[in-house]
Amino acid sequence: MSRNVCEVDVPILSQAPVTDPFLDNFKISFAYSAPCDGDAIYYLQTSPEYGMKRMLASGSGDIYYLGKAFRHEPQSPQHNPEFTMLEWYRIGFDDRTLMHEVAALLEATLGVTAVEYLAYDEAFLQYCQIDIWTATHQELVACYTSECTYDLLAESRDHVLQLLFSEQIESKVGKSTPCFIYDFPASQSALAKLKASEQHKAHRFEVYFKGLELANGYYELTDPEQLQQRWQGDNATRQKQGLPQMPHDERLVAALHSGLPDCAGVALGVDRLLMLALAASDIQSTLAFGFTDA
Amino acid sequence: MANFSTNEFKAGLKVMIDGEPCNILENEYVKPGKGQAFNRVKIRKLISNKVLEKTFKSGDSVEGADVLDTELSYLYNDGEFYHFMNNETFEQVAADAKAVGDSVKWLVENDVCTITLFNGSPIAVTPPNFVELEIVETDPGLKGDTAGTGGKPATLSTGAVVRVPLFVQRGEVVKVDTRSGEYASRAQK
Repeated sequence: MSRNVCEVDVPILSQAPVTDPFLDNFKISFAYSAPCDGDAIYYLQTSPEYGMKRMLASGSGDIYYLGKAFRHEPQSPQHNPEFTMLEWYRIGFDDRTLMHEVAALLEATLGVTAVEYLAYDEAFLQYCQIDIWTATHQELVACYTSECTYDLLAESRDHVLQLLFSEQIESKVGKSTPCFIYDFPASQSALAKLKASEQHKAHRFEVYFKGLELANGYYELTDPEQLQQRWQGDNATRQKQGLPQMPHDERLVAALHSGLPDCAGVALGVDRLLMLALAASDIQSTLAFGFTDA
Repeated sequence: MANFSTNEFKAGLKVMIDGEPCNILENEYVKPGKGQAFNRVKIRKLISNKVLEKTFKSGDSVEGADVLDTELSYLYNDGEFYHFMNNETFEQVAADAKAVGDSVKWLVENDVCTITLFNGSPIAVTPPNFVELEIVETDPGLKGDTAGTGGKPATLSTGAVVRVPLFVQRGEVVKVDTRSGEYASRAQK
């Protein structure tokens, strides 16, 4: 990179994966892990986030990873279970400055000349005519226009928001120019810092272009106590959903204790970027060998 | 009947939704990056023939529908039921007017139709793509006219009305595409 960002590599197999409740890992068993009884479980990374944060805490400076990531999900025209991810971290950046850098990358790779910025709550006001901060759960559910076969009133508020976003907003934003959606609710913050002045919002953004979710970025959470609280929250959600509990990555906690520099990071799906560059409608056509031919 | 999970949904699968047998037309798995996955499923309800989109939670299951398509030839109408027969087993099936629906205007004796059975009872009748019917009523056309001037309406022996070229006369047999309801040609003599 011409911006003095150093390429790094991280192990794609790790003992403690990203805990996001709705990111499913491939599990690999390792038979030679003495003195443990039975096989040790390793996970194929869903993103290089934890490894890269440990590098940042040990003083790496600005870094990027361009390589494979894996998600245990069905194939679709937008998803190959093994895919290529570009993830990078910039020290001293916040989500706003990083959004500008992502925009520059999209301008350079896709030839777009402009991008749009739309706050998460503004998107709901504009396309669902609802104020997500004051609406009741029932009012949110009433906004959903498709027929749902399960009871949305029994689902979490975030699930209803995500459904509304996927079905009623995503297809309308970023049609001709990439759209940055920013200031996600704190309940969907993952590992983003909360806004100091508005604790119900998080410094998290996503990029949508032509119906594809292209990138996800944060002004990174650096507080180890909050990190552990978020993990506990993730595992509580996992328990409610009947999903397996994920081990806490103590090495990452230790790294944050030793000091993660103030930084922002973003992960971008390279295959999807190629789809956009080639105007391909199926991710398989960007791959030499798709998942079923691998 | 077996249950099917959303992972097994594919076009052509018949399942029970809202107590009605449905044909899955499209199934799309949607996974927001940080959110819970769901399936966007387009279905056709086989009794009401309505097409609609439903949101399923990924991993949920629904009961399969005992729906079977059979090829039977049309025999006759007894005033209430339309009778069809399997040409190999000679087994007969009676469909009511609701199951036959709009297909009634394309039923020709001895033509082989597709009868959709749900739990053994007919719920839909699909006529062959082309049927040949006699014109019972149409205005006399102009001599020397060739196709392509918009044509004129003609009533066929089953009551169906189609647009035919001006040169086609009452008493002639025409071939009609039942999917579009359009005139195809004069029947081969």
